[in-house]
Amino acid sequence: MTPIRCDECTPLLPLYGDGELDAAQALAVEQHTADCARCKARLTGARELRAAIRRCAPYYRAPDALRQHWDSSPPNAPVSATATAPSRRWQRWIGALAACLVLSLAVNTRLLMRDDNARLSDELLNAHLRSLMADHPADVQSTDQHTVKPWFAGKLDFSPPVRDLASVGFPLAGGRLDYIDHRKVAALIYRRRLHVINLFVWPSAASFSLGPDQQTVTGYNVIHWRADGMEWWAISDLNTTELEDFARQMRKSL
Amino acid sequence: VTDELSRKRYEQLVASHLDAAYNLARWLTQNPDDAHDCVQDACMRALRFFGGFRGGDGRAWLLTIVRNTCYSFLQRRQAGGAVLEYDDECMSLVSQEPSNTDNPEVYALRETDARQLEAAIMALPPEYREALVLRELEDFSYKQIADIAGVPIGTVMSRLSRARELLRRRLGTEESP
Repeated sequence: MTPIRCDECTPLLPLYGDGELDAAQALAVEQHTADCARCKARLTGARELRAAIRRCAPYYRAPDALRQHWDSSPPNAPVSATATAPSRRWQRWIGALAACLVLSLAVNTRLLMRDDNARLSDELLNAHLRSLMADHPADVQSTDQHTVKPWFAGKLDFSPPVRDLASVGFPLAGGRLDYIDHRKVAALIYRRRLHVINLFVWPSAASFSLGPDQQTVTGYNVIHWRADGMEWWAISDLNTTELEDFARQMRKSL
Repeated sequence: VTDELSRKRYEQLVASHLDAAYNLARWLTQNPDDAHDCVQDACMRALRFFGGFRGGDGRAWLLTIVRNTCYSFLQRRQAGGAVLEYDDECMSLVSQEPSNTDNPEVYALRETDARQLEAAIMALPPEYREALVLRELEDFSYKQIADIAGVPIGTVMSRLSRARELLRRRLGTEESP
């Protein structure tokens, strides 16, 4: 490996100290600092500062009062259904057994859904970013829902509900075909000031409605809900409050 | 039953990262009572958002909420007229490029007294302070800090480097070339 120069080494020093370099880069830094007094001094300085911070800066642990009372909200559900009315012993056992069964089922489905959702939201984020990279996120650019909706006819095996939400501050900007989760989906584009919202819609396989669930994926807000037989995914760099408002308005309009 | 289960998971998550939550809030709000309130507030919000938590790094997830709660609080506090006490000297240094000379910069760290160092960190602007606390006290990677603070990794790197630069000057450990 070619040795690195001083000017190449300098910007790597803090990354080296923070353990952010890969093995090859770290080795290059080590080789350089073995010979270069200047870089070596910098490295030592950084190390001493870190040691001083870790030694002297207090780590504030949660006080007992907080540990006991951080949860000031009332529980949503009673902790145990069997704790109240006195019942016969066998009833309790059956109840507990049933609860265990339901619980393990719920855990399994929940875990599977979690994995699935995480993969999906990654895929959606990529689709969102792709749409922003191209200058025209929309294949059909129109603020008129009666232009956008028919555009999808013949391109999809379902008819996505299209609503213009300009009256509540989210004007429709157009629509586009996208490919998510191994199928063609409708992507509706809305705007809020300079922010672009991609709303992905496709028919749901599930029979029950869900959400809305908000999450953040690398700085982007994602809201998912399931209603009217459709899966809805809104994604944007818009702040959480406004994106939640968008989701609310969309659900209201249907 | 799912409600109850997710409630349990939420309680476990918060309980296991309560120290980290309080530590960050304490450094950001600079005072124990406000830190207490912010963490409590953040826990309520965490409960509301828990349905959106897809598993993974629970500590980073909780700290993101704590961090945002603290910033809303700081904004309200600032709007209410209370002045945030940042070091004037530090603030003026922010715009300054680090000295770039050909002479070796030798950092000879003197015996640092804990109070002096704590005060120096507290005097940093909050964005710098948070990056430093998350890096040095919580051992988060650049990527995790970037996610928590909602900024690109490059911004994390420059905030960290400014924070350290300011600390060195403040502690007088930077020997002029």
